[in-house]
Amino acid sequence: MSLEFKPGSAVDPKRAVRFGAWRVAEYRFYAMSKWMTSVIVFGFGNPILYLISVGLGVGALVDANTGGGGILGVPYIQFVAPALLASAAIQGVMDEVTFPTMDGFVWDKVFFAINATSVSATQIANGVMIVALGRGLFTTVLYLGVLLAFGAVPLTSVLPLLFTSMLAGWGWASVMLAITARLERDDGYFAIIGRFVIAPMFLFSGTFYPLEQMPLFLQPLGWISPLWHSVQLGRHLSYGMELADGMLLVHLAYLAIMGMVGMRFVYPKFKERLSR
Amino acid sequence: MSKSVEREAVIRARSLTKKYKDFVAVDGIDFDVYRGESFGLLGPNGAGKSTTMKMITSVSQRTSGELTILGKEPNNQGPEIRAHLGVVPQKDMLDRELKVWENLVTYGRYFGLPRKWLKTKVEELLEFAQLTEKRNEKADDLSGGMQRRLAIARGLINEPEILLLDEPTTGLDPQARHILWDRLFRLKEQGVTLVLTTHYMDEAEQLCDRIIVMDKGKIMAEGSPAELIRKYSSKEVVELRFGTDKNEGVAKQLEGKSERIELLPDRILLYTDKGEALLTSILDSGLHPVTSLVRRSSLEDVFLRLTGRTLVD
Repeated sequence: MSLEFKPGSAVDPKRAVRFGAWRVAEYRFYAMSKWMTSVIVFGFGNPILYLISVGLGVGALVDANTGGGGILGVPYIQFVAPALLASAAIQGVMDEVTFPTMDGFVWDKVFFAINATSVSATQIANGVMIVALGRGLFTTVLYLGVLLAFGAVPLTSVLPLLFTSMLAGWGWASVMLAITARLERDDGYFAIIGRFVIAPMFLFSGTFYPLEQMPLFLQPLGWISPLWHSVQLGRHLSYGMELADGMLLVHLAYLAIMGMVGMRFVYPKFKERLSR
Repeated sequence: MSKSVEREAVIRARSLTKKYKDFVAVDGIDFDVYRGESFGLLGPNGAGKSTTMKMITSVSQRTSGELTILGKEPNNQGPEIRAHLGVVPQKDMLDRELKVWENLVTYGRYFGLPRKWLKTKVEELLEFAQLTEKRNEKADDLSGGMQRRLAIARGLINEPEILLLDEPTTGLDPQARHILWDRLFRLKEQGVTLVLTTHYMDEAEQLCDRIIVMDKGKIMAEGSPAELIRKYSSKEVVELRFGTDKNEGVAKQLEGKSERIELLPDRILLYTDKGEALLTSILDSGLHPVTSLVRRSSLEDVFLRLTGRTLVD
């Protein structure tokens, strides 16, 4: 076999410049498929452990002490479900917008190689976002599957909870991506985010009890947290928890603005960095 | 090069300039690259070669001047231009976790190439890059020379009109370099335009039809390697080493013996058309160098003449 070469005839430039983001996503998902087993094991393992500890432990205690009434009229595990799902989505997107993104810019520099094709910097950023949301969705769906299987949430809650979780995932992913794109080195930064941002966010977002239970001076921690906004939306949409006037819009807008503003900072940075 | 006027310029640069804040990386350069030729940018590190390459690949925008690639404007048609470019970056930037063949297929997909078409193309390229037997190994497990060949195969997946190579053989051993030169030469025979940067003058002499010599963002000279040597150097060079502390003193005594004399830290270079005769006369005059050598002039001498410095420090 010899090299058959007709320079410039193989690629149709009009076709090549389209769907670049999806091609980046295709590559990432393909690379990821190599360790699918561990993705699935973690995907199922995490919710099962939570379900056992929160559902059988704390949940049984709460439900027993509320005369079977649970919190806000629903069993405890159903009360906690929107928070567990949204934080699963946030964890899922984090797995893509941190280390793999650093790898693209700093370690293997794969983004630079991709940007040498007809794929643009903006398309690479969008591709990363598609993959992040895909991973978030995958984790959330597994989680939701386990909750459903254990009868922890009713079937009617599935779509609203997917929506609110993914909205939180998107808001978080785009802000994190804007930050990662600015990092020249890791410097243990992601571990710090995990310990001092994500873990407290999980605890102070009305996850295990309504935020109003907190002293007022601690409540702002919840107000700025995308998780809290998502949880409030989830509780409202999945089992009709009352929201104060206008708060539905506030929660939606907060997450949407986070996503949009984050991306506003992502695109120019990707472009600048890939031009170096 | 008067014939070149009629040839089709695939890259055209006029007063091309790139500034980073106060630093001028590329300082108003003019050049044309013609279809099917092999064009080299020769210069030391920091000369502006890589910056010029980045502007050609349309990932870095010029500060001023004109630049067209394949008749297109890189500022707003970058992705369309890159559809017909092959890029071999200085650091290979392979996905080291993926297998050799997977690196090629995933790359082809970025150009929107169908999987079926890629299947045959990948086998062709693997053979061309002498990597068929390594097809199922992770890119990470290949030697440096093989990784570079894989990067070249990857750059060819879209059958580009222009292949850009940034320092293609830096860090490779002599054997790996020769294999690579042979492959690049074959590509040229297939009609691919080659544009490469290098700081190795032997590489430029081997591979390039035409080169520009760059220093501090400017073009110092342009022409074929042979032309440049003819124009800026003598036919032959006598290299003499008297020992580091003696070279300077001896160089003064040798003044007037040849057309031109260059004193380097470790040796003296005498430029002449009759090397052997000059060496004999020096030895006859009672000077005894530790080592002496008569050789043909190279692009290194051209560079020394133009800038007063050697290419590789």
